[in-house]
Amino acid sequence: MEPGEGTLGRLLVAHHVSRRAFLRFCSAMAAALALPPMYAPRIARALDVAQRVPVIWLEGQDCAGNTEGFLRASHPTVADLVLEILSVDYHETLMAPAGTAAERSRSDTVGAFPGAYIAVVEGGIPVAEGGVYCAIGGRSFRSIVEEVCGGALATIAVGTCAYDGGLPGANGGPTEAVGVSAIVPGKTIINLPGCPMNVQNLTATIVHYLTFGTFPAVDSRGRPTFAYGQLLHDQCERRAHFDAGEYVLGWGDEGHRKGWCLYKMGCKGPETFANCPTVRFNDRTSWPVKAGHGCVGCTMPRFWDQMSPFYRRLSNPPGFAVDVTADEVGLAFVGAVTGLTVIHGAASYARARRARASDEAISRPAGGPAGGPPPSGDGRPEVA
Amino acid sequence: MDSSTAGRVPTAGEHPFDAVPTGHETLILTQPWQRVRVHVWEVPVRITHWLTVLCVVVLSVTGGYIADPFLIPAGGQTMGVVRFVHTVTAYLFVASGIVRTYWLFRGNRFAHWRAFIPTNRRHLNEFRSQTGWYLFIRSELPGILGHNALAAATYLVVFFLFLVQVVTGFGLDALHGDPVVVALFGWMPDLFGVQTIRLVHHLVMWIILGFMVHHVYSALLVDHVEKNGLMSSIFSGYKFATRRDVARARDGGIELEEMLR
Repeated sequence: MEPGEGTLGRLLVAHHVSRRAFLRFCSAMAAALALPPMYAPRIARALDVAQRVPVIWLEGQDCAGNTEGFLRASHPTVADLVLEILSVDYHETLMAPAGTAAERSRSDTVGAFPGAYIAVVEGGIPVAEGGVYCAIGGRSFRSIVEEVCGGALATIAVGTCAYDGGLPGANGGPTEAVGVSAIVPGKTIINLPGCPMNVQNLTATIVHYLTFGTFPAVDSRGRPTFAYGQLLHDQCERRAHFDAGEYVLGWGDEGHRKGWCLYKMGCKGPETFANCPTVRFNDRTSWPVKAGHGCVGCTMPRFWDQMSPFYRRLSNPPGFAVDVTADEVGLAFVGAVTGLTVIHGAASYARARRARASDEAISRPAGGPAGGPPPSGDGRPEVA
Repeated sequence: MDSSTAGRVPTAGEHPFDAVPTGHETLILTQPWQRVRVHVWEVPVRITHWLTVLCVVVLSVTGGYIADPFLIPAGGQTMGVVRFVHTVTAYLFVASGIVRTYWLFRGNRFAHWRAFIPTNRRHLNEFRSQTGWYLFIRSELPGILGHNALAAATYLVVFFLFLVQVVTGFGLDALHGDPVVVALFGWMPDLFGVQTIRLVHHLVMWIILGFMVHHVYSALLVDHVEKNGLMSSIFSGYKFATRRDVARARDGGIELEEMLR
């Protein structure tokens, strides 16, 4: 089939991308989506004829980290072109127009492709005080998200901030940042949390849409199950060291140099759902645990609050000083019980001695023989 | 004890209290301070008690290791084995709990749920006087055959803590994808957050260990004061109660026929 004008197939030819490289990419995508290898040709056929999809990329309270990931997609040539199939009509960091012209290009796309464009949101959406903490072109970011995501075919929330407020939404944040799902509930939202999200998962989500015309299956929180369906710990390359009881005890120690498990260094792999160990980052070069640092659970809901302290296994119990651990509280509790026990035991001993002394004082003058209760009775006054 | 049996010499084969103080061919039970042997803890109660002790100890040691692996062995599958033992013991603990829960409805008056939940004023008053005795406000222990009101209320709290441990434990197990556990408890990590569940699971362990210290102490204390064989009762099932308590305690008033069962 000869690829038509403006299709990915034509783009690949124009960029001198070999057929082999393209098919290898399609196989990698099938694998990333947990599809059988037989789907790779189908993906290739679909991508060959895929038309450009208009995209509006919004940035709120963000660090542009996901934009960085987007620009450094792995499999550079093919993935770049797949992402190029996304006609990014509005992207504050990347676009040429500025000011009114930029705002117009956004409203033009919303008007020209109603219900047919994809919205990508990066960054948290502050809702405190009417959303004044993030405004673009004089409008609150919240109202922009409501307009753009409300009229989109689907919204892809990239990164943890767009997922649930992330860092600006963490405990103590004054702006009350939330994720896209809280602003436009009921709309089709694909959440790709992560700090940043893995661009491989964004690419695979788009490839799924281009191939099947639908977005990949998601869980109850809108996260694609192909990427967020499994415990990181169960896929980790250091898992064998965990099971063997071989742990890093300090940065740079023998275990660390041998690549042992980072569990005791506070790694949150056992509580994190993500496919980092299998897809990795930066053209599949590495990922945090491979680089020798524990996972911080950045794909998980409210991870700044939930997963801290990042370098300790357990969270610290609330209501105590911030550096008091659960074990310190627990040991203090058991110690207090033991201490009270000893004190109570001593006091009970004193009471028993006094009771015995008064018993003897009563029984001595009487000197009664049999008939009365034996001195070693139950220690209580008897009732006839 | 009612008047028809008081003061009667029990003949062989008709021992209402199964045994009386040794060294006497017969004993005339006429005095309120005389002690009789009362079957308090039935077999399921004793078995589940000691299973609970075993499980709490094993689960605390293995759970403590899982929380903070303190051994770095050369080779082997230490963590794998410890987690396996923890999980298997947890299922044993659940099985024991199911038996004991069944016995809350099926067991004798000392094991029945009514022994734990105050259903009348007398039970509440006993709770108050028992607390007063521990606080050195009252000098006399209220007479009781089974659990005293304060202990029973404490066990209610402990049963609840056990339930919390079981539910949070399965919530953590649901991370690893056993289909049945995921179907029943998969909602927990999502709702509460895994780290919160871990923290609760860990802190409740410490509370249970604190309870164990208190439990052993108060059992020793009451055994010493009452001299009723309380410590051995959890092995043998029998306590040695005064006739007065058998007749008058909140859970007393036992008929001869009932005691023979």
